[in-house]
Amino acid sequence: MMITDELVGYLEELGKIRLDDGEKVQTKNDLQKILAYMDTLNELDTNGVEPMSHAFGNENVFREDEVQPSADRDLLLSNSERKKDGSYMVPRTFE
Amino acid sequence: MNYEMVLGLEVHVELATKTKIFCSCTTEFGGDPNTHCCEVCTGQPGALPVLNRKVVEYSVRAGLATGCSITQRCKFDRKNYFYPDLPKAYQISQLYLPICHDGGIEVETEDGGKKIIGIKEIHMEEDAGKLVHDPWEECSLVDYNRCGVPLIEIVSQPDFRSAHEVISYLERLKAILQFVGVSDCKMQEGSLRADVNLSVRPVGQKEFGTRTEMKNINSFKAIARAIAGESQRQIELLEEGKRVIQETRRWDDNKGASFAMRSKENAQDYKYFPDPDLTPVMISDEMIDEIRRTMPELPEPKKQRYVKEYGLPEYDASILTGSKYLVQLFEQTVALCGNPKEVSNWIMGDVMMLLKNSGKDAEELDLSPAGFASLITMVQKGSINRTVGKKVLAAMFSDKVDPEQYVRENGLEAVNDDAAIRKAVEEVLAQNEKSVTEYKSGKEKALQFLMGQSMRALRGKANPQTITAILHELLD
Repeated sequence: MMITDELVGYLEELGKIRLDDGEKVQTKNDLQKILAYMDTLNELDTNGVEPMSHAFGNENVFREDEVQPSADRDLLLSNSERKKDGSYMVPRTFE
Repeated sequence: MNYEMVLGLEVHVELATKTKIFCSCTTEFGGDPNTHCCEVCTGQPGALPVLNRKVVEYSVRAGLATGCSITQRCKFDRKNYFYPDLPKAYQISQLYLPICHDGGIEVETEDGGKKIIGIKEIHMEEDAGKLVHDPWEECSLVDYNRCGVPLIEIVSQPDFRSAHEVISYLERLKAILQFVGVSDCKMQEGSLRADVNLSVRPVGQKEFGTRTEMKNINSFKAIARAIAGESQRQIELLEEGKRVIQETRRWDDNKGASFAMRSKENAQDYKYFPDPDLTPVMISDEMIDEIRRTMPELPEPKKQRYVKEYGLPEYDASILTGSKYLVQLFEQTVALCGNPKEVSNWIMGDVMMLLKNSGKDAEELDLSPAGFASLITMVQKGSINRTVGKKVLAAMFSDKVDPEQYVRENGLEAVNDDAAIRKAVEEVLAQNEKSVTEYKSGKEKALQFLMGQSMRALRGKANPQTITAILHELLD
């Protein structure tokens, strides 16, 4: 797969970031290298190997359905730059 | 040209767990903004999710109740998108191995027939937060109380061909989920939300047309209107030689029209991948057997049992078993006073009418089985007559009165004293010689009048059969 200028533009839009011309070239080169590395990985025959989804290999880690006190709201909101009336404040968002 | 519509539904249902899917915050509806939140559900760096066991159990229960197979080894995936209702910038959901798949529900078609709507899959996921637009500051305020509340998304096959089938499916799905106790399915609180995928095609065409999706329509009636409106819009486009564009649209029920949505649908690339924070879920045969064994009776078998055991008409049984709340009232009342047929008649007649007149749903019904049983018993024993009984029920419905006390305080006890009734009837006959003559000359209607006058003289409290018997005795 080739990383094109269009694809970089699309990723900008998806990631809600803006890159200048120099960064665009840099990003394009970096992503191309990452894909090349993926191609190397793909040379390995993984037929019959179960895809790993978790590093520990354990399963069924559950929590019982019992209510515990929630966190202190002021503490939670203290990480937020803008807040109002106990809510996080974000740029106006539609729908 | 004749067109037919093709519809598929995605139904989101909030599970009735006490806590959220990946943390121990309460799922209680409402509350001050961000007071049901912690590090996990607000996506603080380093916080790790731990799955609520009950979510798996409820999802399996929902799957078994809708005829699905269970994916005994399932996993969670991340659905990535940037939107402030989702603090982690991804939703934990299931794409590759949803917990249930390939089920179906029988629905009623427009001509009264039956058909099966396939269920493609049911997957577990977390709900998002709520955004409120702040008109003063040109910004949005975010409340994460709902963020992390467990949801199942029930994805149907594109098997619907009319709004009628869609509503029938939703009604049955809602009843099933309520009966098995996995959700209260309150549309007004958003615990059941439906997205409708709709396309149209000329009758006879095999390929599907281009579909649009309408999101989060919040009542069955609004869904029916949205389907009518959107199918009409698509047909008009095709008739004008234009194309339908695949997009997400918002149905505005007040305006009676749908509008294309902007926002997150523009750049849609969810980049799903398995969530490395959560371990796989293995659902053993034992667990499935246990859930199957403890499953409450489903609406359809219950309906058949009502018909067979209690001799209820099929129609009545299907209305009763259409709602968990009607079933509760029915079964608890029958347990107290017996006589299932009579109890059913009261529910089908007066209770349904009271609900209809007050614009309420069965789930808002607040009638105590004890009071209802004592009312029915009073009527059965003849201590009040049926007409009075209806009035008492209305008072119970509107003012939560105790029926026996109400009857006593308002002097509504039936006049069962035959001598008193006879005396009243005799007086009425004496005062209404003209009607008596008319009756004797063959005017049956005159008897009705005399009956009414007698009942009035007894202030409506006598048994009508007794009055009729005495009238016949004195006149014939």
